[in-house]
Amino acid sequence: MTLWAEIPLLVLLIMTAAGAILVKDLVPAVFILGSYSFSLALVWAWFGAVDVAFVEAVVGAGLATVFFLLTLFGTAPKDTRIRRPPVPWPAIVGLPLLGLLLLYGANDLPRFGDPASPASTHISSLYLEQSLRDTHTPNVVTSVLMDYRSFDTLIETVVIFTAGIACALLLRRSQT
Amino acid sequence: MIQPHDSVIVLTLGRVVIPLVQLFGLYVVFFGQHGPGGGFVGGVILATSMILSILIFGPTASNSSLARKVLHGDGLGLLIFAGVGGLCLIGGGEFMNYAELEIPGLDAASRRYLGIAMAQIGVAADVAVTGISIALSLSSENNDEVSHG
Repeated sequence: MTLWAEIPLLVLLIMTAAGAILVKDLVPAVFILGSYSFSLALVWAWFGAVDVAFVEAVVGAGLATVFFLLTLFGTAPKDTRIRRPPVPWPAIVGLPLLGLLLLYGANDLPRFGDPASPASTHISSLYLEQSLRDTHTPNVVTSVLMDYRSFDTLIETVVIFTAGIACALLLRRSQT
Repeated sequence: MIQPHDSVIVLTLGRVVIPLVQLFGLYVVFFGQHGPGGGFVGGVILATSMILSILIFGPTASNSSLARKVLHGDGLGLLIFAGVGGLCLIGGGEFMNYAELEIPGLDAASRRYLGIAMAQIGVAADVAVTGISIALSLSSENNDEVSHG
């Protein structure tokens, strides 16, 4: 397995994530979070999930950053500074133990791209074989999202609509 | 309230970049069946281009009443998406089964292709309008606080 791209990407991810947590002010934290999304998009693209990478880059690094910044512009400078209480000792002891437990559990996960794993044997091979014949759509991700699983996408669209309506109802008080 | 930007560089570059971003967004929406992308990503790209234009030129730069009405059409994309699903019901088919769309002269696969394309447009319109609407809501709260304080 080639590791020359995975390890720098992983280091980049951990560094940007730690930076977003450790930085003293919320505005730089938002920008570092945007670069975290961008490096996560690089990870997705490296593993061949181009659609997911596209969404991560556009939503994480673009739209979410703009929303965070617009929210922060509505606050006073003293609200964006972060005051951190000292870390309690159960967290210092417990979180590394939890990490070790998760690493131990990750041993039993199927290998990446394993053709015998449950995710590849159940129904996804059916989609891959029949998508082009059934829908004339070469991008299988689109045909699964919009045709085979279109109810999911419809409800997701309803969720986005609800978010927009809720923001408008909560925030637009002074306007007509 | 977001003020129009006062730098000539930003204004000039905005005039060049924003149409290109919108063109790319439309490409992503309509080419999502052949390449990466689709309705959601294309809608977000369209929304970011219009948020960028609001940030650069200010929300009151355009006095087109059509643009204002479009911004209040939050549910339009959802209606397009659900409407395509509902159109499948007319010929006695199942909801969201695009093969039952009553379009003469097309086989089932082409009907599915067309149904997917229309649903993508619906998702893109919903996401784009919702993105701009949330951005305007957030900046209007900003306005609220300034006028009170």
